[in-house]
Amino acid sequence: MSEKMINLVIDGKKIAIAEGTLLLEAAKSENVKIPTLCYHEDLCVAGNCRICVVEVEGWRTLPVACATPVMEGMVVYTNSPLVRRARRDVLAMLISEHSTQCTTCYRSTNCELQDLAAEYNIDNEIYINLLKDKVFTIDRSSWSIEKDESKCIRCQRCVRTCAELQKVNALDVIHRGAQMRVTTFFDTEMSDVVCTNCGQCINHCPTGALTERRYIDGIWDAIGDPTKHVIVQTAPAVRVALGEMLGYEPGARVTGQMVTALKRMGFDSVLDTDFSADLTIVEEAYELLQRLKRKLVNNEDIALPLMTSCSPAWIKFIEHMYPDYLDHLSSCKSPQQMFGAIAKTYYAKKRKLDPKDIVNVSIMPCSAKKFEANRMEMKDSGYPDIDLVCTTRELGHMIRQSGINFKELPDSEYDNFMGESSGAAVIFGVTGGVMEAALRTAYEVITGREVPFEGLNITSVRGMEGIRDAKIKLENVLPEWSFLEGVELAVAVAHGLTNAAQIMDDVVIGESPYHFIEIMGCPSGCIGGGGQPIPTNDEIRKKRAEAIYTEDEKKKIRKSHENPEVIKLYKEFLGAPLGELSHKLLHTKYTRRERV
Amino acid sequence: MQKRESAIKAAVQKHGKERKNLLPILQEVKQIKNYLSRSDVAEIGVEMGLALAHVYGVASFYHFIDLEERGQNIIWVCKTISCSMKGSNDIVMTLKERLKIKLGETTSDGKFSLLETNCIGWCHKGPAMLINDEPYTDLTPEKVIQIIDDYYTNN
Amino acid sequence: MAKKKVKRVDLIFKGCDCNKVLTDALKMPKEEIIQMLLDSELKGRGGAGFPTGLKWKMAAAEKGNRKYIICNADEGEPGTFKDREILDQIPLKVLGGMALAAYVTGAREGFIYLRHEYRFLIPKLEKTLETFHQWMEDFELDFTVKLFIGGGAYICGEETALIESMEGKRGEPRNKPPYPTHDGYLGKPTVVNNVETLVYSMMVMHIGSGEFKTMGVKGSSGSKLFSISGDTPKAGIHELELGMSLDDFVKEFGDGNTKSVQVGGASGFCVPRNRFKEVHVGYEDGLKGYSIPTGGSMMLFNSSRSMYNVLHNYLVFFEEESCGQCTPCRVGCQQLLKGVEAVKYGEKSHKYLDDLLHLAATMKLTAKCGLGQSVANSFSSIVENFREEMIY
Ligand SMILES: Cc1cc2nc3c(=O)[nH]c(=O)nc-3n(C[C@H](O)[C@H](O)[C@H](O)COP(=O)(O)O)c2cc1C
Ligand code: SF4
Ligand code: FES
Repeated sequence: MSEKMINLVIDGKKIAIAEGTLLLEAAKSENVKIPTLCYHEDLCVAGNCRICVVEVEGWRTLPVACATPVMEGMVVYTNSPLVRRARRDVLAMLISEHSTQCTTCYRSTNCELQDLAAEYNIDNEIYINLLKDKVFTIDRSSWSIEKDESKCIRCQRCVRTCAELQKVNALDVIHRGAQMRVTTFFDTEMSDVVCTNCGQCINHCPTGALTERRYIDGIWDAIGDPTKHVIVQTAPAVRVALGEMLGYEPGARVTGQMVTALKRMGFDSVLDTDFSADLTIVEEAYELLQRLKRKLVNNEDIALPLMTSCSPAWIKFIEHMYPDYLDHLSSCKSPQQMFGAIAKTYYAKKRKLDPKDIVNVSIMPCSAKKFEANRMEMKDSGYPDIDLVCTTRELGHMIRQSGINFKELPDSEYDNFMGESSGAAVIFGVTGGVMEAALRTAYEVITGREVPFEGLNITSVRGMEGIRDAKIKLENVLPEWSFLEGVELAVAVAHGLTNAAQIMDDVVIGESPYHFIEIMGCPSGCIGGGGQPIPTNDEIRKKRAEAIYTEDEKKKIRKSHENPEVIKLYKEFLGAPLGELSHKLLHTKYTRRERV
Repeated sequence: MQKRESAIKAAVQKHGKERKNLLPILQEVKQIKNYLSRSDVAEIGVEMGLALAHVYGVASFYHFIDLEERGQNIIWVCKTISCSMKGSNDIVMTLKERLKIKLGETTSDGKFSLLETNCIGWCHKGPAMLINDEPYTDLTPEKVIQIIDDYYTNN
Repeated sequence: MAKKKVKRVDLIFKGCDCNKVLTDALKMPKEEIIQMLLDSELKGRGGAGFPTGLKWKMAAAEKGNRKYIICNADEGEPGTFKDREILDQIPLKVLGGMALAAYVTGAREGFIYLRHEYRFLIPKLEKTLETFHQWMEDFELDFTVKLFIGGGAYICGEETALIESMEGKRGEPRNKPPYPTHDGYLGKPTVVNNVETLVYSMMVMHIGSGEFKTMGVKGSSGSKLFSISGDTPKAGIHELELGMSLDDFVKEFGDGNTKSVQVGGASGFCVPRNRFKEVHVGYEDGLKGYSIPTGGSMMLFNSSRSMYNVLHNYLVFFEEESCGQCTPCRVGCQQLLKGVEAVKYGEKSHKYLDDLLHLAATMKLTAKCGLGQSVANSFSSIVENFREEMIY
């Protein structure tokens, strides 16, 4: 289809651009940045903040650039006196209903409203403060998300995120006029609604209205307590995003510096969630094989497809939305929790520590991990697997607080043991990674050969499409797995809960053609997680993903089952995958939940 | 409770589950008790397969889809300028005295709730009010008392 | 603009054989009906004044066979009540207009979006619909009309908010374009017309476009129903030719002591006595303030009235009825209301009124829909003309 071109003038310059282009994009193509607030490239256009107004010759009103398509012959001014005055006024209005306590705001210096207010030199006192007559509450009921209404500018980005990207709809707009605001069903506390804690709303919030619950002080306190042995683990996606908090461009890999920083901050042991990601893969691969066997050989009524369970937002989503299908979930705990359970048993024993003195801290790209750590069932060793969880953003803050000049730090290696990992574990951080890691292991277990892909890179499950699938034919299998000879293993990958729902709807009507499905709650997986630096957008997600794959390729070990520490763990402690101790410490169960 | 739940099911069945039928369904269920409770809204959401927060958002948008408990009859007195110029304030005062309640309240016998509303389209015959769906115009304090008394004797 | 004394018309409510008008019209080619409407220069009576013939023509040009005709009976502008009277007295004429629109555009389904406050009309309308559907059968026109009852929200009179609410959503106006004639109810081409407009489309068919144009003035042809209230001995509905001067209007309807007239309801303009002569009621040059288009609400205030109270009443109305989605309207309405209160009670200097006028101007330029854009109409015209009443 040949595109029709539209001719128009922007700020005195004639341009021709494809029909359907929005003025915002047209201006961008001319290197003019029009300010936006309610606009977010991940979301559908709302056009309600009105900050992006422009002047069009002959028009009665100032149209918004984010929702107005180019039209033939238009003469547009993006920075006329009228436009500037209007934008200042819109900002002044927003500020009059916004709690402008920037000095004490977690999002200070990373706030779109603050930036614009500074850019347009807004005088705080022009209009009457509307907050005075209203009562606002800060909802801290959730382990993961804090909601402060007094900072909400009603752009509805969170509402659209929750609906469009995640299909959760925990938040919506209520009432109208002066009373209009964003909240949950009948103002139910965040802890008691369908919220999956994914934190995408946080990542899409332009201000400090939605933030993660912060546990920074608790972590400093633990470090400062001489009776405690404080272990920190870092998730795969943190190392490719933390740099953004500390002056690096998106896509920078700062693993070594991060490890150095954590050691200097005073953690007793700096370890890697990647270690337990390898462990997860081994357990999960065997779980898949066991299910296939029970189904194909024993003809048991076993739930297939098997679905991954590393993403706590996905877990809570399925618990709320598809409670009748929980048996499809792998019973494996997530790497974070496996790590915690092993740390308080095997590690404690080896280090001759009393598990009660161990404090497990994890640095996660995720806000839902905070909730996961606090699930009732996550203390199989007799102690909570994990004590404190903080996000990539919080770690960025902590490093700044510690006064460390991050950019000048030398690299260091993770401590051992539980610091070793394979490339398969690293790619956990990006959509398709768990699948790729699992296939590298499962295929080899079944056939005794490496997966038949160039450089072990299973490119068919990589990429950013919402749902991807692949088939791998199993031939010349080892005798033990003869029932799989000739079977075409069908797998799928989905990221973002809206895509997860689409996969589930097929499962519900019995039309899912897959054996194994990887689901990540956040768009692009953990690299796009709700605990990652803000902004997060498509371009940034792509850069972080590239960094992850580079990290994988640089690893000496590329397959989870070859991680020597994991092999040793089975030999010295766990016995075999899916063994009795594994079941006790590394596997879990799920809870049916309401849909409020 | 049982009855109300089945009424919700019936309303959803009658209108259909598509989202476009949400407003008629909310209205029909509201009609039963003059308001929608939290559990009504939840039930409607579940029956229609819509997100509860969304149904709440829609219900709370509309003035006549009341989410607070109300009496058997709701009096809506017009507070817009034309009626106000003709003395709607006196009407409200008379009603408050007669019913012994304030604006927004319900009589202790559950018979009446007293509320104000924006222009109801009887500006030339103000002051005007609605009792439920029924308009009353050219009101005077005496007339209002008569209307209330008639409600008590007839119903 | 040519001057005319107030001319009363008796067209809308006068008995006419609707069935016959329809019988004749439905025999005509569609293009001819559109042409008649274009020739008549009939403009929408809901307030915005869009040429009705053009709207139907645009919808008729859309492809596909699912289209909708919606009669906008959400009449909520303070001071208007004529649509209620029309629906009560001559509902068949309204339905006749819908049938014409359906015939012209190819729509097979129609709705009357009736405001909640007019629920008492439901039994009558349902009965009329029975008759109407019988007619449709007789004419072999595949067109059915249903009632849709509003939930109580002034903003749902705005056509895209109305459509959103019919789709089961909050009544929040959409971004335009696209316009409803292209992408309306359930994404299909949709004609939204005011109750009165639909009746006039029948009247144009009945009396012919030439005859229709003999009434009114250039650019504002025909007559219109005016809802007259406030300080007037003749409160009620009056059908008058368009284009009259306010002076003539006040001579006819004032109580001898008229200090100002609010033309167009809360979202219209307040005209003080010293400008009655220069202001006309019609569509042309609406922006210059000399002629004012209106949905027909005319409120008269005599010198016993406080214009502060009038403005305050409007602002409370807007603050409640704004859908709240866009910044200029949600925050602006609150600021204007709190601002005039602060000036009145001496908490802010009278100079703050200038800041508020400036704010109102921004609302007019930047609000998403007609509601937020027109708050400035009443605000500025009252504050500018009765400044001292705002302060003391
Ligand atoms: C805030 C607002 C309220 C409106 N209310 C009504 C209304 O009650 N009735 C109406 O017919 N049009 C109303 N309109 C105008 C409609 O958007 C639309 O222009 C009209 O229904 C078109 O019909 P017409 O061309 O026949 O006038 C309103 C517009 C706005 C911005
Ligand atoms: S101008 Fe007012 S009513 Fe219109 S969209 Fe904005 S907030 Fe809603
Ligand atoms: S960014 Fe365009 S209206 Fe908000």
